[in-house]
Formats: sequence, structure tokens, C-alpha cells
Amino acid sequence: MEFLLLGSVALYFLSALGSLSFGRRSPGGWIVPLSSVLSSLMAVLPLVSVLACGSILDFRVPWGFPVGSFHVRMDMLSGWFVLILSLVSPAVALYGRGYLSNRGETVRGSWTGFFLQMLSGGIFMVLISYDGILFLLSWEIMSMAAFFLVMFDHPREENRRAGWIYLVATHLGTAFLFFMFFLLGAKAGSFDLDSLLGLGGMANLVFPLAIVGFGAKAGFLGLHLWLPEAHPAAPSHGSALMSGVMVKTGIYGVLRVLAMAQEWPQWWGWLLLILGVASGLGGVVHSVVQRDLKRLLAFCTVENMGIILIGLGIGVLGTGYDRSVGVIAMGGALLHCLNHSLFKAGLFMAAGSVIKTAGTGDMDWLGGLCRTMPRTGTAFLVLCLSVCGLPPFNGFVGEFLIYTASYLTVVPGAMSSVGLRIGGFVAISSLALVGGLAAMAFLKAYGMVFLGFSRSDGAAKADPGSDMVVPMSSLTILCLVLGLAGSASILMAGSVATAVHPLDLSLGSLTPLAEVSKAYLNVSFISFVLFGAGFWLWRLRARLQRDRTVSLGPVWGCGYGNPSARMQYTGSSFSQPVFAAFRSFLRSEVAGSLPEGYFPGPSIFHADTSGVFHRYFYGPLFGTVMKVVGEARKLHHGGTHLYVFYVFAALVAVLLWSLR
Amino acid sequence: MDRLFALVAVAVALVAAPFLKTVINRTKAAVAGRQGPPLLLPYRSLVRLMSKGAVYGSQTTWIFRAGPVVSLVSTMGALCLVPFAGRPALVHFEGDILLMAYLMGVGRFFTVFAAMDTGSSFEGMGADREAFFSALTEPSLLLGVAGLGAITGSLSLSGIYGKLGGSAFLGSNLPALIFILAAFVIVYLVENSRIPVDDPTTHLELTMIHEVMVLDHCGIDLAFIEYGGALKLWTMGLLVSGLVFPGGTGSLWLDVLLSLCCLMGFQVVVGLVESSSARLKMGRVPLLLAVAFVMSTLWIMWVVR
Repeated sequence: MEFLLLGSVALYFLSALGSLSFGRRSPGGWIVPLSSVLSSLMAVLPLVSVLACGSILDFRVPWGFPVGSFHVRMDMLSGWFVLILSLVSPAVALYGRGYLSNRGETVRGSWTGFFLQMLSGGIFMVLISYDGILFLLSWEIMSMAAFFLVMFDHPREENRRAGWIYLVATHLGTAFLFFMFFLLGAKAGSFDLDSLLGLGGMANLVFPLAIVGFGAKAGFLGLHLWLPEAHPAAPSHGSALMSGVMVKTGIYGVLRVLAMAQEWPQWWGWLLLILGVASGLGGVVHSVVQRDLKRLLAFCTVENMGIILIGLGIGVLGTGYDRSVGVIAMGGALLHCLNHSLFKAGLFMAAGSVIKTAGTGDMDWLGGLCRTMPRTGTAFLVLCLSVCGLPPFNGFVGEFLIYTASYLTVVPGAMSSVGLRIGGFVAISSLALVGGLAAMAFLKAYGMVFLGFSRSDGAAKADPGSDMVVPMSSLTILCLVLGLAGSASILMAGSVATAVHPLDLSLGSLTPLAEVSKAYLNVSFISFVLFGAGFWLWRLRARLQRDRTVSLGPVWGCGYGNPSARMQYTGSSFSQPVFAAFRSFLRSEVAGSLPEGYFPGPSIFHADTSGVFHRYFYGPLFGTVMKVVGEARKLHHGGTHLYVFYVFAALVAVLLWSLR
Repeated sequence: MDRLFALVAVAVALVAAPFLKTVINRTKAAVAGRQGPPLLLPYRSLVRLMSKGAVYGSQTTWIFRAGPVVSLVSTMGALCLVPFAGRPALVHFEGDILLMAYLMGVGRFFTVFAAMDTGSSFEGMGADREAFFSALTEPSLLLGVAGLGAITGSLSLSGIYGKLGGSAFLGSNLPALIFILAAFVIVYLVENSRIPVDDPTTHLELTMIHEVMVLDHCGIDLAFIEYGGALKLWTMGLLVSGLVFPGGTGSLWLDVLLSLCCLMGFQVVVGLVESSSARLKMGRVPLLLAVAFVMSTLWIMWVVR
């Protein structure tokens, strides 16, 4: 088992090198997808033994470094996230082959393959490292591989800027993680996670560090700045892997810290909940007003991280009062991690297909692709329904769990603590609002890209090849299957959630999850019945229309018989109500001129929503840092006599200190 | 027995739902001093639409044709979850309110997609308003139900409405119930596109919301949409009228009779509201929804101590 697990990781790194060595030749294109598929197949047995049988795979060898050791372990929590990686990674690799083909750039293709596999391998290592030093090492491999993917199209200036922002963000996060691990390691005398159990009594100091460190990777609101920059810049399969899986390592880190802590103070739950509400609402409001498809998806990732955090928050809060609520919400958060990976990776792939065939990702220049790219259009439709958490697709299952847990907190029962009830109250209202606005974002995304008239001549000619459609469709089908088999996935996620719980768990704690899972059978049942009813109505419709005149004509335009694509509603107009309602939050800069006079000339409208945090927090912060650093530069003007003086001063200082 | 009753209740809803439109329209006519439409007009227009052919926009896709079917089917699904006369609904489980709210969401999704598929600006306008206003009603609905759950100690609609009768009313929870009722009424008006948010009888495309989204549908598609709208009136009407009269008189027939009267009475109230108020400016609608949201949060003052 351990051998298979290590082989599966090693294969990623080997295929990365393989992609470099053979990538210039045509068969090299197959190395990356094949090895990813093989890797996932190798991981099947270990995953089954961990997730289904509850065994723990552990492998440890000392290494040459003075600190740490090569200690790898896969338990339930790691296994769950490895499962996510193993599902998404092959699809991404296969898609990448199609996405990079006929770009006439085999060199870049081979490098992209290299970094893609390094990223997958790095994520894998992060998930199974059971030693602080090894963890940080893997964390850096993962972060740097992602950086090079963001820089894929480096000749364009905005991409270099995106890469730069990402680099700063990720290293700010890593700095906090270093601090956290060294605090823990110094106290415990070892970096092995086993010896850090209970967080050495520094739990309340470690937790905020973990939130900032892991939050920078997961894109919590305030630490999310790199997401909307980096995802559009990376090649689409890179964004799919980053947004689908890499971002989840941040969530994994938070969960790992929770699992290591022996008990969870209440304020952790509140912190997670408030962060979740902020990320959810902030992410979704920004998402609605984006013009660029991939930026919209990136902000939507922030929003979904918010939903996951709300689940974690209720989970941690609920644990203090009533175990069942905690387990249900945790299960919901974990399940939403899996689901979000599937549909977000699929959505990025669909967006990549659109960008590749239509040549732009700007929604105000797209439209009508449903007719030229039917397969991509249908897949995107299903993925939109999933991401909005609509039944019967998989997004609904995770949200259903988190909602149910929140509802359980307000219903009087074993616990009637006011604090917990307020928590549930906040969770329900924000989840509902986030859900509604997310629907708006995706109505816009799908409607503007795939429906109506094409808004520019450069719109797509045809569906991309099957090597791009197949991986996307397979994720789409997974979304439907996991949604219809929601009861099973609830039980799966539930068993992982119980493993994270700090309490000593008996088998009895699974009963609330079993109840929810049983309740969900009704949802699947109703879905099937409604599918049948819909099919019957569709048939009825066809039969009634069979012998009548059904003709085509122009749509109603108030008597104006010559509508053009330019007169269509654009994405910007569609999101105007949200734009207006959240004006004070978005702080957009709007410039433009209305048509005036009897013979109006051209009019212009331009809105820039760069985000509040850029302008009001990070701008001033980095400005101050620059000032301070600029002052410090004066100490270092290059004159030798100054340095001699420094040496002398240091000597004197040391002398004085030793004479104390 | 409960199952059978629920089945009959659904069947009655499927037959009688269009009649609610008549009730509203007759009320409006009475207030305006007109005679009003014939009692069975909604049925006649459904039959008329069912027997027509169709004209489709030259570049609409299958989504335009599937939209009405999906939205009708999802409303039917929601109908099966709502209890009638205090008896359990056809399908009930812990958390079925979520399925109900999100099924409505599916219907809305496809209505909006079908509208956007036409590529007409009017429909885009209607689509974005509908999507935005609905997004703002969601928290009120779900929080209101959370409040009801907190009062009755149940998580499913059938449990909540089944336990509301009698004591829950006259206790200290009465103010909470009244506020939730007010929130639900606002949600009802918005979701069913009635005045003061939207006017179902308006004739100016620029000011329409729901009506403009279905401008280009005709024939059987329009019949599906009209019928789905009627079912939605019934489904959401039960949520409101179930609060006013939750049943529990002890006699089945009396419960059914009073529930039906309550539902019809509520439609009369809607008709009166429509006759006596004008539409809000578009920019004001979010404020109305904010009011609904506040109303649906106030229960916490009475219920959670």
C-alpha cells in the first residue's frame, strides 16, 4: 500500500521530467496525461483502504538534513483531498494536451507539462507530508510550480504583473506558515506532526497564524488578491488545477491544524464563520460585476471558499455544544471541497475552450456560442447549475448539509445557547444571499457567452477537439452522478468529518449524518420523478406541435424589425443592478459620457472594479513598507568607511553585552 | 391515509391553481367597478394556447424551448413539498424547505436562460431584474422558515405547518409569527411578480420584469409558463395562508374548507393590494426587500433568549 502511494507521487515528478525530455517530440504530448491517469489508478487501492476501511498508511525514513524527516502519512483527511486531486488531475492533464496543441510552441508546451506535473506532485506531497519541514518544502514546490504556470504567457505585461502579485501573496502566506511551524517545532523539539498534537499549548497563537498562512493560498477575502489576477493569466488547464485543487490545500491546512488541536475554542468558530461570510459575500459581489469570464470564475472560487468556511465555522462552533451539528457542517464543508473542485475545474476548462476558439474571454464580446459549440455549451450549462447549488447536481449536496446544520442550530433541542443560534442565523442568511447572487453571476456568464446573438465576428467556429471536450464532459457527468447519489457522498464525507473531530468518537456520532443522508434520498427520488415528468411534458409538447405550423421569425423588438447583435443586453448591463446596489462596497471607478443633443455622437462607458483591498489596504501597506525600506537603504550607500564603522560598532555592542 | 390526502391535495392544486388568477382579477375588477373576466377565463386561455402552433426567434436554441418545460416541472416539484391544511405533504423530510427554495431557483434559472436566448434587449432587462430581486428574496424566505422552525422545533415544512396550530399562536411567539408572515407576504408579491414590484398587466416593455421575459414565447410554451405561474401562486400562497390558518380544528373537512377559504382570501388581499398601490421605482425594490429581510430576522428577539 505505502509502495503504491509513494509510486503514485513519484510518477508525477518523473512525468514532469519526462515532459521536459520528450516534450519536443510529438509522442511527448501523451506522457503527461498518461502518467496522470496511471498515477490516479495507482492511488485507487491506497485511497480505498484509507477512506473505506479507515486504515492509516505511514512511511518514514530519516534523511540527511539536520531537521525533520521524510515522514509520509495518509489518513482520512489527507485521503479525502488526495481523492480530489486524483479525480481532477488526469482530466486536467488530458485537457492540457488539447489546449496546447497547434499553438506551434512545443517548447512552452513541454515546460507547461513540467510545471503542471510539478504542481500536482507538490499538492500530493503537501497532502501526505507528516513532518513540518517536509510540509514546507512541498508547499514551496507547489507554490513555485504554480507561479511558473501563471507566467506561462509572460510576454504580456499584465501576466507578468499577475505573476508578481501571486509571488508576493504566496510568500507572505508561507512566511506565516514558517513562523507557525518553527514556533511549534521549537516548543516540541521535533517537527513531526505527531509530536505537535495539541499544538503544544499555543493553540490560540498558532490558529491565527494558520488562518493567514493557509488563507493566502485558499484565497480568503482580504488575502484573495492574487486569484483574479493569476487565474486568467495561467493557461486554462493550469487555472483549473489551481482553482480546483491547489486552493483546497489551504482548506486542508486549516483542517489539519484543527485536527491537531485537542480542543477547539469557540472564538475559532466565530473567526471561521465571519471570514466565511466575508469571503462568500465579497467574492460573489465581485464575481457578478466582472467582464472577463476567467476573472468571474476566480472570484467565484473566493465565494465558494467562503461557503466552505461557513461550514467549518458552524462545525467548530457546533462541536462546542452539540456534536451532531458539528459533524454535519464539517461533512458539508468537506463535501463542498470535493464538489467545488469538480465543477470549478470543469468551468475553467469550458472557459479555456471558449477563449481558445473565440479568441477572447471578454463576455461583452461573446455570445451565441451554444450553436457553434453545442457540447461545450451543454457541459457549461450543467456546471453552472452545479456551481449555483441547484438540485439535482452535486453543488446542492454540500450546501444542503451546511444549511441543515445551520438550521439545526436554531431549532431548540439539546442545546439552546444563544451564541450558537446566532451563528446559525448568520450562516443561513448569508448562504441564502450568496446563493442568490451566485445564480446571478452564472446566469450572466452562461447567458452572455452561450446564448443570444454573437457580439463579435471572432466568435467560435466549432467545438474544440474531443481531447478537450471529453475531460470536461467527464467532470460534468461526475457532477450529475455525485448529485443524484448524494446520500452516498454524504456518508463518505461524514466519515472523514468524524475523523477530524477532536472528540473521542464512538460509532454513534454517525447517526445524524445517516439521518441527513436518508433525508437526501428524497431529493434524489424527486429528481428522478421530475426528470421523468419533464421528459413526458417534452414529448407532449412535440406531439401537440407535430401537425401545426411552427415557423421562425425575428424576436419582438417593439416593432423594430431589424435588431442587431450590438443592441443586445451585455454582461455589464446585466450586472448593473448589483453594481448599483453594492456601489459603496465595490468602490468602482466609473467614467463615461452620455449621448447628448439632437444628433448624438458616440457615448462611452467604462467601469473599473479593481477592488477595495487594493486601494484601501494593500496599496497603503506596501507604500509604507516601501517608505521604510527606502529609509533603510540609506544605511547602505556603499562607502567602505561606513561599513568599517558598522563592524566596529557591532564589536563594541557585543563587548558591552558580554560585560553585562 | 396521509399519503392519500397529500396526493388528493396535489391533484386539487393542479386543477384549481389557475382559478387563483380569477380571484385576484375579479377582486381588482370589483374595486375598480368593473364586471371582471369570466370565472374560467384562465382555463380557456390555457386551452386556446395549447391548440396553437408557434413562432420561434430565428436564432433561439433548444434552451428556449426547454425553458418553460423545466420551470413548470420544478414548480410541480415544489408543490409536492408544501403541506395543505396542516397535513403532511406528499414528500417531506428534514430540510425540505431548501429543496423547495432551490427547485424554484432551477425554474427561475431556465426562465431567465430562455429569455436571454432570444438575444433581445427587453428580455435581458427583465432577466437581470428578476434574477436580482429573487436573489434578494432568498434570505427572507429561508430565514423566515428558520424562525418557524425555531418556534415549532421542526425542520421540515410539513412538521412546521403541522405544529403551528393552537398553542404556538397565542403564546409569546405571536409577534414573531406576525413579522414572519409580513416577510412572506412581501416575498410572495416579489416572486409572483405582483404590484408593487412588477405589474402582470403592464404593456410597456421597458417597465416589465417577469412579463417581458416571456414575450417571445407562444403556443404551448406560453401555456406551460402561465400554468407554472398559477402553480407558483398556489404553492407560495399555501406558505402564507398556512401561517394564518394552520389547521388543527380536529375535523378534516373543516380544515380543508377553512384552508381553501384562507388561500382564496389571501388572493383577495393581493387583489386589494394591487388595486390600491402603484409600482415602486425599480431602484426602490431592493429597499422593500431589505424590509422583508429585517422582518424575517426579528423573530430572534422573541424566540431566542
